[in-house]
Amino acid sequence: MHELSLLENVREILEEHAVSQHFSKVSKVTLEIGKLSCVEPEALRFGFDVVMKGSLAENAELIISELDGLGVCQQCGQQLVLETLYEPCALCGSPDVKILQGREMKIKDLVVI
Amino acid sequence: MCGICGCGQTGNTSKFQPIAGKLKPILAHHYNHPGHDHEHHDNERLIKVEQDLLSKNNAYAAQNRAYFQQHHIFALNMVSSPGAGKTTLLVETILRLKDRFPIAVIEGDQQTEHDADRIRATGVPALQINTGRVCHLDAHGIGHAVTELGIKDHSLLAIENVGNLVCPSSFDLGEAHKVVVLSVTEGDDKPIKYPNMFHAADLMIINKTDLLPYVDFDVGRCIQYAKLVNPDIQIIKLSSTKGDNFSAWTDWLSGRVKPS
Repeated sequence: MHELSLLENVREILEEHAVSQHFSKVSKVTLEIGKLSCVEPEALRFGFDVVMKGSLAENAELIISELDGLGVCQQCGQQLVLETLYEPCALCGSPDVKILQGREMKIKDLVVI
Repeated sequence: MCGICGCGQTGNTSKFQPIAGKLKPILAHHYNHPGHDHEHHDNERLIKVEQDLLSKNNAYAAQNRAYFQQHHIFALNMVSSPGAGKTTLLVETILRLKDRFPIAVIEGDQQTEHDADRIRATGVPALQINTGRVCHLDAHGIGHAVTELGIKDHSLLAIENVGNLVCPSSFDLGEAHKVVVLSVTEGDDKPIKYPNMFHAADLMIINKTDLLPYVDFDVGRCIQYAKLVNPDIQIIKLSSTKGDNFSAWTDWLSGRVKPS
């Protein structure tokens, strides 16, 4: 359940931005989570209200934008949509696929007051 | 004060602390979606953040890595499921190598000092981090543990992570390599069941090979799966308790710890 630790990091990042960007309340948090990261969006949603309680993001809305896994085959150059970290190339079958997108776990933006 | 991160915290852990909550006053009006109420204000503004959720951990990890490089400490992040034999592997490693270079161990478990006690019995310094409710070690806690242990230059530092093949894969500790230990009493398909960890590791140790005659574990298939997830992964097969092929592992280590 490392989603709780990740959400604690979110809270700390929000608190730092509150000081540097002069706001006192967060009403919406948008996260970008890649489908190949080992983070479960449902677990983030489950923990968000608990971790944000008592903070400047208490009662904030959480939006999770999921990013598809994208890769490129290092043998034939085919661009691929990936469901897992270990998919061979759909065109030539090579296992040597470089991941281009899908491992992200980031705070994209905030709506603040 | 912590010698690595300078944060002023004295403990060696950075546990997850739940936040004491306060109830909000009744809200003026609400967004309408099920199960949730959100305040709406006219003076709202959008702030672009574009910051990695792990950015703080990664910054601490970079500090640890710089410290390890400066002091020629070869740090390994040892990961596995519970019961794969990490502690026995480390005890046997220490017994064979402790006269060749200094060794220190950081042990991560949710509870108890048992593993650190087993390491200390070999005569090398060990520090136990109890993570409590948290399922992984983080770079901040490791920085404090390193300061507390007073690790000698030109050491091997083995960080035995919490037994868990999911969460520790995300948290960089500043190590030179992640080493994943898989025992033959587990399934040979673990690499594709937990691909993030095998993708992040540089070396896979297949442990307890003395038990192969008694279990339904296909070494070839396991290696095939591991290479599928991570074509560059190195593989060593050994038995910690019987010593079979153990020198492959101690040679791998000896070639990487910088002599003083």
